Amino acid sequence: MIDFFKKIFKPEGSSTTARERLRLVLLSDHLSLAPDVVESLKLDLIAVISKYVEVDEAACDVTFERQDSAIAMLANIPILAMKTRPPSPPPAPSAPPPAPEPPPSFGTPATAKVAEEPAAAKPPSAPRRKRRRRRPAVAASLGSAAPAPG
Amino acid sequence: MHDVQPEPIAAAIPKPRGRAIVITSGKGGVGKTTTTANIGAALARTGASVVLVDADVGLRNLDIVMGLEARVRHHVLDVLESRASLDDALVTDKRVSSLRLLAAAQTREKDDVDTQAMHDLVNTLRERFDYVLIDCPAGIEMGFQNAIVGADEAIVVCTPEVSAVRDADRVVGLLGNREKIWLVVNRLRPALVRKGKMLSVDDVNAILRLPLLGVIADEPGVIVSTNKGEPLALDDANPTGAAYRAIAGRIAGTDTSAPVIPTEPSAMQRLGAFFGGSAR
Repeated sequence: MIDFFKKIFKPEGSSTTARERLRLVLLSDHLSLAPDVVESLKLDLIAVISKYVEVDEAACDVTFERQDSAIAMLANIPILAMKTRPPSPPPAPSAPPPAPEPPPSFGTPATAKVAEEPAAAKPPSAPRRKRRRRRPAVAASLGSAAPAPG
Repeated sequence: MHDVQPEPIAAAIPKPRGRAIVITSGKGGVGKTTTTANIGAALARTGASVVLVDADVGLRNLDIVMGLEARVRHHVLDVLESRASLDDALVTDKRVSSLRLLAAAQTREKDDVDTQAMHDLVNTLRERFDYVLIDCPAGIEMGFQNAIVGADEAIVVCTPEVSAVRDADRVVGLLGNREKIWLVVNRLRPALVRKGKMLSVDDVNAILRLPLLGVIADEPGVIVSTNKGEPLALDDANPTGAAYRAIAGRIAGTDTSAPVIPTEPSAMQRLGAFFGGSAR
């Protein structure tokens, strides 16, 4: 009975922190240990985006950046030109092709958070925020997420 | 299957090759050597012939934990470089006659070991012993490679710490396809887990996802036993010794029960222990 009340009122132990740190460090370890996976992800991304716009494949850069509570995938894909509108199949109502104004011929970096299954109750700051960064025109190498020293 | 293995008596019934198991962790100081000593002692106690190979060349320790340091005359590199015969280098345990130790060289370096020669040595030992347990050095460099080369099974020792789990995860990746890779969670402190101040066994294995061989509590008895050079597995009264014996049983396949996660002694047990009653 006393245990029960203790459980309710006890502050969160540091094991929660340990779990969260472990999850992130392993995610970044695994990413850096699987360059082939990252490469194939990059190629797939380029392939999808190329359906709509012309991209500068040589300058494309996909990296992962370690942040406080998540790992973000940073895809810097310079867009060269708008594609002529694809001979569109009867458009699915849910997904109209994203066709804004033809962008200028420099890259607009897209930053997307990698969504992960919440292993534990996340702190309230967790709700996904779209982060958008201003980046220089050329795909800048971001430097890979540096894991903490072992 | 006991003690000294004589020349094969009947070529018609060759002894089945023994099992070579490496005990590894990546991170140092998580208890690889203690685990090796105790599992070896526990297996040998059941009558199996066991040889412990200290692959931590340059930092010999297994002989100390086994309490056999005074008996070591030759080491593994003496054998590999033909300065001593295997029989001269194998040290017989003081307590269990079917247990042998092959000590590491203390004054040499890990890179001095020839990987192929080490592989051959393990194969030779497998012809003579039921179990060849290899105590792997920390790290993932040459010493690690030499230690795992001859083993087709592995026991990964991990403590409930972020750094240890991370290193264990790396090591599991490097072990690749082995017949079996098991997990021993070492130094668990049940009271801290209950208070949410330590990763639990489930937390650790949610990452590593290995078959759990056993869980060893962080208790003073382990330190006392290494002080004395007497593996706890040979102490019938000690619950941690029992945990090591259960691990040995699971390796041998004679114990099919699920590993027991150590819990805090209850108030009654503490009271009992206070008055001299032994709570198992």
